[in-house]
Amino acid sequence: MEGTAVRGRLTWQTATVGAVIDETSKVRTLSLDVPDWGGHQAGQHLDIALTAEDGYRAERSYSIASAPGEPVAITVERLDDGEVSPYLTQDVQIGDEIEVRGPIGGYFIWDPPVSGDGPLLLAAGGSGVVPLRAILRHRDLVGSSVPVHLLYSVRSQAEVIYRSELDHLNQEADGVNVIYTLTRQQPPGWTGYARRVDQQMMAEVAWPVASGPLAYVCGPTNFVEAVASDLVALGYPPLRVKTERFGATGTP
Amino acid sequence: MSPISRGFHRRHEEAEPAGRVPPGQYVTHDFPVLSAGPTPHTRLTDWTFSIEGGQSPVSWTWQEFQSLPTETVTVDIHCVTRWSKLDTSWKGVSLDVLLGAVSYTAPYVLAFCDGGYTTNLPVADLLGGKAWVAYSYDGSALPAEHGGPARLLVPHLYFWKSAKWVRGLRLRDTNAPGFWEMYGYHMYGDPWKEQRYAGD
Repeated sequence: MEGTAVRGRLTWQTATVGAVIDETSKVRTLSLDVPDWGGHQAGQHLDIALTAEDGYRAERSYSIASAPGEPVAITVERLDDGEVSPYLTQDVQIGDEIEVRGPIGGYFIWDPPVSGDGPLLLAAGGSGVVPLRAILRHRDLVGSSVPVHLLYSVRSQAEVIYRSELDHLNQEADGVNVIYTLTRQQPPGWTGYARRVDQQMMAEVAWPVASGPLAYVCGPTNFVEAVASDLVALGYPPLRVKTERFGATGTP
Repeated sequence: MSPISRGFHRRHEEAEPAGRVPPGQYVTHDFPVLSAGPTPHTRLTDWTFSIEGGQSPVSWTWQEFQSLPTETVTVDIHCVTRWSKLDTSWKGVSLDVLLGAVSYTAPYVLAFCDGGYTTNLPVADLLGGKAWVAYSYDGSALPAEHGGPARLLVPHLYFWKSAKWVRGLRLRDTNAPGFWEMYGYHMYGDPWKEQRYAGD
């Protein structure tokens, strides 16, 4: 498994919430002004810490939603029985200060010179699209021509995160193809996929093995297990299938 | 001094006895799955567990491994992603038994696995009834997504040290980083000291 060692102490620092974008009724993107950010790679995550007035402190990990070189941003899905995500999606205000440290993780990253020029297969289940969006933005910003298929499995169109951005990318016809599967509810006239991922869908969406593809799969466990094992069954070498599974926190 | 998030407060009162859950962790009743790649499916007829780097290498087939003395343990496990799961029940072979079959002086091991995963541990953390190669969880065969057919179980360290799909140990004189350790996670990983990342 390739990769460069990430070393050095990760220290907590105070970030200021710079902008807030509501992506869906349950999902919000926060851009964070982190004064001493050492930069990140597409696909990494960071840790957030919130401290309550009584001193109670909670930490969570979130995927970084922005490309390297862009201001740090996270996209948070509200889990109704959660502790941190309701605060970040409903209560936090522009100008508020929260603690962050990162970036963290060096395996689930796309770094063009290291990752090669094989086509990319990005597969997202729900909010698993967040680190894949960082990869797409990075590809765009560095002017890479690596062709990309993004398969995005989501319950309904209303739950699509980054919808206008993805539509825009999809229309640019510069090698990005966004393929949705709407698993619960489809708009009238929908002709796209309307079921959970399966091997037939993966066979239709995935790049041929002979083209040397690299796959990034992020989402809930069932989704990731299904996509990753279908890709291996299609002949993808396991080391070309990078996965990030959501734990109980809703974050990797 | 940490900035205060006004309006933020603890949502879940601690139901567990104090001292049971390490700092920064919360209790889950699920069993989340976290791995860096596809779940490998190794046929039991192809499976072996090996210890390399001692005076002479040893290896057990699945059948031989099943005839080793087993222990059933109930332990708390702690994932670096902050979930803890209490009272998990496992059956497996103690590392005291496995390392007892080898003559060695090395102070470290690198555990290796199907799928290419590795993790490094001090030998001292594997001895003294603290670590097992577990092949049964909660009374049933260990499911593949949780590391079956067999995984390391080292519950006193963060759970990434309890390598899934483990196939053996390489005894080493030096403490070389494994997979996540190379990506900036802590070389030792004591949850009670919150040793999540390098330098913690």
